[in-house]
Order: sequence, then C-alpha cells, then structure tokens
Amino acid sequence: MTLFYLFGAVAVIASLLVIAQRNPIYSVLLLIAAFGALSGLYVLLDAPFVAVIQIIVYAGAIMVLFLFVVMLLNAPHEETEHDEKVHPLRRPGPMRFGAALAVALVVELLWALTRDGGEPAAFEAPAVSSVRTIGHVLFTDYAFAFEVTSLLIIAAMVGAVVLAKRDSHSGGASAPPM
Amino acid sequence: MTPLLIAQIGLTLFVFFMLLNSAAIMVYVERKVAALLQQRLGPYLVGPKGLLQPLADVIKLMFKEELRPKAADWFLFALAPIISAACAFAAFAVVPFGAQTTFFGLLKEPIKLQVADVNVAVLVIFAIASMSVYGIVLAGWSSNSKYSLLGGLRSSAQMISYELSYGLALASVLIIGNSLSLTDIVNGQSGYWFHVIPRWFIFLQPVGFLIYLTAGVAETNRAPFDFPEAEQELVAGYHTEYSSMSFAMFFLAEYINMVTVSAVATNLFLGGWHGPFLPEYLGWIWFLIKVAALLFFYVWMRWTLPRYRYDQLMTFGWKILLPLAVINLLVTAAGVLYFGV
Amino acid sequence: MPTLNDYLILSAILFAIGTAGVFVRRNLITILLSIEIMLNAVNLSFVAFGRSLGSPNGQIIVFFVMTVAAAEAAVGLAIVIGLFRHRESLNPDSFTSLKW
Repeated sequence: MTLFYLFGAVAVIASLLVIAQRNPIYSVLLLIAAFGALSGLYVLLDAPFVAVIQIIVYAGAIMVLFLFVVMLLNAPHEETEHDEKVHPLRRPGPMRFGAALAVALVVELLWALTRDGGEPAAFEAPAVSSVRTIGHVLFTDYAFAFEVTSLLIIAAMVGAVVLAKRDSHSGGASAPPM
Repeated sequence: MTPLLIAQIGLTLFVFFMLLNSAAIMVYVERKVAALLQQRLGPYLVGPKGLLQPLADVIKLMFKEELRPKAADWFLFALAPIISAACAFAAFAVVPFGAQTTFFGLLKEPIKLQVADVNVAVLVIFAIASMSVYGIVLAGWSSNSKYSLLGGLRSSAQMISYELSYGLALASVLIIGNSLSLTDIVNGQSGYWFHVIPRWFIFLQPVGFLIYLTAGVAETNRAPFDFPEAEQELVAGYHTEYSSMSFAMFFLAEYINMVTVSAVATNLFLGGWHGPFLPEYLGWIWFLIKVAALLFFYVWMRWTLPRYRYDQLMTFGWKILLPLAVINLLVTAAGVLYFGV
Repeated sequence: MPTLNDYLILSAILFAIGTAGVFVRRNLITILLSIEIMLNAVNLSFVAFGRSLGSPNGQIIVFFVMTVAAAEAAVGLAIVIGLFRHRESLNPDSFTSLKW
C-alpha cells in the first residue's frame, strides 16, 4: 500500500509540476519522472509487460522526440501577458474556464467514486498477465488491429517527415541546421 | 536478517564493486592492447607492467578542478552524468552471471547469481538502454556550447536509430529461446548436439549475433561508430565541457555499457556460464572468459577500423542493418515454425 | 492493499491535471505534454480494470493506446515545427489569422 501511495504521489506531483513549469525542458523531464512512477504502478497491478513497454515507448522514445523538438526549436520560455500573481481562476478567457473545469472534474469524479454504492472492488485471484498470454491474444483476437497499427505508424512517419520538411520556397525563418 | 537477505545484499554490493573494477581493468586493457596493436609499449611505468595505471588515472581525475561553464544550466549539467552512470549500472542488475548456488551449503536454498530475476529481463535491458540516451542529450544541451549540442544531438540520434536493430536482434533470440527471462534463455543453451557442439544460440543465429554486436557497439558509441566523440571533428562532443569526476562518470558509463552489452551477448548467444570441463558451480569462470573475449573484440575493433562519417553511419543503421535485422527475424520465425526447434 | 477505486481516483486526478494543462498553458509543446498525461491516465484505468476482471484485454488496449499516442505525438510535433517556422512563436494565441 505504501508503494501505491509513493508512486501515486510522485505521478501526481510530477504532473502538477509539468503544467506549472515555465521551462519546457523541465516539463519534459518531469513528465519522464511521472511515467516512471506510472510504470511502477503497472508493476503493482501485475502487468510487468506494460510497465516495461511504458518505459521503452513513452519514456524512451516519445519523450526523446519531445526533447529533440524542444532543443531544435530552442523553445522560449513562455511569457504570459498577465501578472503571475493573478490567480488562475481570475484570469480571463480559456484559462479561467480550464482551471474551473479541472477543479469541477476532480470534485465530480471523487464524488462518484467514493459514493457508497457497494464495497470497493478488491482485486481477485492473480491475473493472467504473462507475456505469452498477451502475445497469444494479441495475435489471434486482435490480429487485425495489430496490422492496422502498422499502417498507422507508416502514415504517421510519412506525415511527420512531410510536415517537418523545410520547403525551399518558404520565406520564413528555418530551424537551425543539424 | 535472514542469511538469504544478507546473501542478496552482499551479491548486490559485489556486482556493483565488480562493475567498478571492470571499468578500471578496461581502461588498462584498452591502453595496453592498443599499444601492442600499434607496436609500442603502452603504460609500463606505474606499477609492474603498468598495472597500477588505472589507479593513477582515477587519482588524477579526482584532483582535477571541477569546472562549470557559467552559461550552463547547472541542474541539468550536474544531472546528465548521473543519469548516464546510473543507467549503465542499472542495466547490469538483471544479467545473470552464474548458475544457482548455495555458497557451499551456507544457505538453505540456492540463490541465483543475479541481482534481480525479473521474468521480462530482456525487455528491462532494452528499456534501460533507451533511458541512457537522456544522459547524453542533456549533457549536450546543458553545456550551452555548440560542439556539445551538435555532439549530443548526433549521438542520441545515432543511439535511437540503432536501438531498432538491437531490439529486432533480441526478438530473434526470443523466438528461439522461448522466454524473456535471461536465466531461462541461458539454461536453454545447456547440453550438446552430437556430444561435441554446444547448444549455443550463435550456431542457430549467426547473423543475429553479428547484428546484435554491431548495434551494441553503436549503442555504446564506440568505434567505428564514435563520430560524436571524435576528437578531430567535434572537440569531444557532448562531454567537451565536463572535467574531473563528471567526465569520469561518462567514461565509467561507457565502459560499463560495453561490459553490459558483452554480458548480455554472452548470455543470449554464447551460452552464458555453460562450458566444458568445469562443474556447474564454477560456471562464472566461463562467463568471465566469454565476456573478456567479447571485450577484447571491442577494443580490437576500435583500434583497427576507421570511423564512419555521420551520414554513412546513419545510412548503415537505417538502410542496411535494419532491413537485415527484419529479414533475420522473419527467417528465424519461419525456421522455428518449420523445424519446430 | 489498494482497491480498484484507489487506482480509478488516481487516474481521475491525473486526467484532470492533463485537462487543466491543455487549457491553462500557452505553449504548444506543453499542451501536447498535457495530452500525453491524459492518455496515460486512461492507460492506468484500463490496466486497473483489466486486472480486476482478470483479463489480458486491458493490457492489450494499452498497447494500442501507446501506439496511437506515439503516432499522434510525432505528427503533432511535426506540425508544431511547421508552425514555429512561420511565426517564430510557440504561443497558440499568435496563430489567430483565421479569426474573424
């Protein structure tokens, strides 16, 4: 139980700091810490495969991509026109809406989940979670989705290359050469 | 404080200590072997045959001034070598180096000679290898100097490109080995065919072994793939601005990554600790011999081959090694299905 | 022992944090990071439900969600690079030329 609280606290605090940081590089690094905590939670849920895949794919590949883009664009620190001392709930426009929405969401979900509708569902007997089972189900029941995923990845690859390519006719500034 | 717990903690500390020692030994071996390959003597003054040279190096590094460029982002600058070194050590935690032993009957039940026996060990090694990219990227970025940034970005792009072939070579071994746990894969390589040829996976997967080693060399940024740290090109790449113990940590991380890649290659392809003439509980001697052979191969390659230029390196990684790894995987899968190995 | 409810509450909190991030932050990359937080919160509830029902389907759906998140992050970042080249800014408020 203490491990659950520890990982949960790290995940929540890291996520809060991600959205509160000014410097985008620190945001990316804090999100990696949050992913690490989530990976620990998956291990607690008897899902070691998903835990390791989370580190390999999310923390090891997607975040590297984010970090590259932040470094390539030399992402500036975000400046806000508003004084930082103004409370988020008082800033006009989408910020007020967003902050209010988030608070409302948390309150509502907490209410729904802690209602006394029945006893909290405890976890049953050990789950089937070996990689062998997952692989078997993945390649038989979900084989079509698996193949379609490969098409999705190719589409994303081609899209990313085409969108990020520098056109020779553009008059705007271009990213620094590698 | 049961004896099992004490043994486990002792094992962890032992592995940590031996990894540090292996880095020191590698420093000496590299210089001596390089010298002998180049027909000169190498270190011979410090201690008998120069054996205390690594000690002298460590003392020198400790006494150097720890510089920090003023424009550097101090937190990331300090964090980067820590990430590199920590990931290098952590990857070795799931590598077994010997059979189960009871330490001559001191323990009631045998413990495995492995810090943590995870049943997804191969994936854990891959995960930690992909985390070690961050040490380099952050080092390049936080130094706030153009050589470091270019070196860091190039080096990390190289590492993530070769991770694909690395993973596919691992997948090919998994198809034959039938398990993700390194202990099970090694135990699947015990025994002999025709009483003569050991059942190592290298005989079933020669191409896979070569792909794995090539990708491993590229992952650890060693020659001939060490363009990002080439002195002639980028001063020293991502560790230009580091000195003293931070530099030592990068160095340490590089050598320990080499040892981990060699150890995993030994476990996956060369039969781990199984070997003739020695009883099972002395299997770690064979393990050491095989790892030492692979490390010698690493050093030999560095001082023999010229280095790849960066675009040649990336072309090789994406256009030659990756298709080869995919074809290897397909052929392995077809072979296992057909022959039912 | 943590119950299913505990995991769901944690997932709800993370999802709310992600939502707040999308609305409150004025930096395109941080918005994309908040979307990743939301996707991870959903992954956590999938795995928790999969575990409580004793089926591997939860983990398999997580596998697919991760793939989709990777593809979306790649394309999203490519778009961000293209936008940055135009306006030299990552603030979504500066891309307002289609407003009436």
